[in-house]
Amino acid sequence: MKLFHAFLALAVAAMLAGTQARAADLSIVSGDTGNGIKVLREILDRYEKQSGNKVTIVVMPPSTTDQFGQYRLWLAAGNSDIDVYQTDVIWAPQLASQLVDLTAATKDVVGAHFPSIIQSQTVNGKLVALPIFTDAPALYYRKDLLDKYGAKVPATWKELADTAKLVMDKERAAGNKDIWGFVFQGNAYEGLTCDALEWVVSNGGGQIIEPDGTISINNPQAAAALDMAKGWVGTISPPGVLAYQEEESRGVWQTGNAVFMRNWPYAYALGNGEGSPIKGKFDVAPLPAGTGEGARPTATLGGWNLAVSKYSKNPDAAIELVKFIASPEMQKYRTLKTSNLPTIQALYDDADIAREQPIIPRWKQVFLNAVPRPSAAVRIRYNEASSQFWNAVHKTMSGEGSAADNLADLEVALTKLKGSAW
Amino acid sequence: MVTPQRPSRPRHPRQQETRASGSAVARAQPAPETAAAQRPPSRLMRQRVRSAWLFLAPMLLVLAAVAGWPLARTVYFSFTDASLADLDARQWVGFANYFSVLRMPSGRTLYDGLLVDPVWWRAVWNTVRFTVISVTCETILGMIVALVLNAEFVGRGIVRAAILIPWAIPTIVSAKMWQWMLNDQFGIINVVLLNLGLISGKIAWTASADTAMAAVLIVDIWKTTPFMALLILAALQMLPGEIIEVAKLDGANPWQIFWRVTLPLIRPAVMVAVIFRALDALRIFDLIYVLTPNNVHTKSMSVFARENLFEFDKFAYGSAASTLLFLILALLTIVTIRIGRISLDGGR
Repeated sequence: MKLFHAFLALAVAAMLAGTQARAADLSIVSGDTGNGIKVLREILDRYEKQSGNKVTIVVMPPSTTDQFGQYRLWLAAGNSDIDVYQTDVIWAPQLASQLVDLTAATKDVVGAHFPSIIQSQTVNGKLVALPIFTDAPALYYRKDLLDKYGAKVPATWKELADTAKLVMDKERAAGNKDIWGFVFQGNAYEGLTCDALEWVVSNGGGQIIEPDGTISINNPQAAAALDMAKGWVGTISPPGVLAYQEEESRGVWQTGNAVFMRNWPYAYALGNGEGSPIKGKFDVAPLPAGTGEGARPTATLGGWNLAVSKYSKNPDAAIELVKFIASPEMQKYRTLKTSNLPTIQALYDDADIAREQPIIPRWKQVFLNAVPRPSAAVRIRYNEASSQFWNAVHKTMSGEGSAADNLADLEVALTKLKGSAW
Repeated sequence: MVTPQRPSRPRHPRQQETRASGSAVARAQPAPETAAAQRPPSRLMRQRVRSAWLFLAPMLLVLAAVAGWPLARTVYFSFTDASLADLDARQWVGFANYFSVLRMPSGRTLYDGLLVDPVWWRAVWNTVRFTVISVTCETILGMIVALVLNAEFVGRGIVRAAILIPWAIPTIVSAKMWQWMLNDQFGIINVVLLNLGLISGKIAWTASADTAMAAVLIVDIWKTTPFMALLILAALQMLPGEIIEVAKLDGANPWQIFWRVTLPLIRPAVMVAVIFRALDALRIFDLIYVLTPNNVHTKSMSVFARENLFEFDKFAYGSAASTLLFLILALLTIVTIRIGRISLDGGR
């Protein structure tokens, strides 16, 4: 083991010596979901042709939780190997001190983006990342199966569960034994925070932590929302959903084995891609609402941005690269290929996009009404707060303790984490 | 110090030197055998010790730099309130990360810190449970495999090479591979078990609280049994064949030979292998991180430490967890060595 340490030190030293950046060799790090990396490479190829700079992609796992830990470590170590980070919408307050202020450099382009997204990436008056796409999830449904059994698109979670059960049971009776009713992201990670926030908000149970910092999660409506979700596991959703992230749920969905799926817009283009068994057989709708007071359909706000590391050796070239990828032309290109929601307002009226990815113009309202996760209120402790939340939800759904008990425990844990102030 | 005279007769160097150092008591008595330890080293001896240190110095320096220094830093950070966002702004906080008492204005007393953190103790329990089960299974299976491989049969060389493959695959790769095999919907394990009629419905191996640890154990045992088998096989091949033959001549059956002859003779080697594996298992990280990340049922000490160090804004708390992990590891190693009655300096 000690010998291994010595080798490791040597290997790291050799790597550092070998990657002394030349004038315009840039590195961009990004998680790998769907065809995102492939499209990013295509965009970078254009950039390389136009600028003469060379850009390497460092590929990371799709889980935002995994990415964050690595990025934080690199940034804390002052790593200069990575110039541009693709950052989640929730990270800005946590990483702000180690990212370049883009305010001055992007003065000419920020006006084209949605002000709310620019606002979400602004920390203490400093723009820390430029948005490249935004995210608001959809309820994917199998049009063909709903038509076959005369069911309509559900408007509430209750209707969704009933419809899912009906279609699933009939399909199974007809010999389609692998089919399930509903898949979502139930693994214990940031994605579960997104999914569960939707259940809670749509059921009128508040936003876990309100924008003013109040911890509101311990209430009967939130508990009812979690009990409802727990009821899905093993009935309309496979028990394995508790280990699914986005790609695992898409795996079940896109092989034709689910009637409904909760996922981000990227799955739209992939589902309609060449060779997809469900091509042309599905459509999307806004997520359903809950029941009770204050119930409304809702969606968690997601989205990805590009930030320049403070430790980059080529900050100017890196900023140019960020502006290139975030430009209207490249956002349009990305949207046509991946059905990611653009952050440029004008693109929602673009005729090419409306023809190729009809989900986009329809999703403008959904995204504008989306609920942000409480990262702005909780600031640097967001990750821990989020992990407390997803653990409480995951425990409830795996049958460890009731929703009410787990939420009461969660309130205590969050209060302790908060201390005197967030 | 007086230079020892050259001994007049090589058979009595001890007496010679004792006289030279001027100890009347020692001279009056016949030198006991143990007196060797008190003898001042000869010049040659001292020279050899000096050059030994000289030769060891580079290695010791490297070790101090890559193992000692990080360890010391980790311990130091665990006594501060360091945050990864700004490491230089740290303040000394003493034992607060390990244990602290908070008195609320309401008069309630709260205990805080790692030593009273149920999540941490759950991680400790997970790790210890994982270690005990996996090392036990690996030792038994490894022993069986080694005994089989020790026998003569056609194609033994190929089988020996083949059995090492799981060990040769990087953990991250095998963990990912198993993750797909254990997938509830598309995984081959569920398909095979279903077709054999052993299960009635697809099992969500890595999701369910009941099977998550089992899944991790299965993969670890699959991966590390070859390592155990290899070490035990090496010990078996060192055994002189005569002893076994003598035992056979005396009429011992194979069962008796194994328990009375083979096992006692290879026990030191097996114990070393067990300690190696136990140390490795106690710091298990990669497998769990890939297979069941964030699952409280499988979260190990290392996973807990990493989560606090890098994901949460609790670098100091994570350092405290790493320090405790180190102490627990040290403690368990000492206990194992004592229980196993093995001597690591080859004295057995």
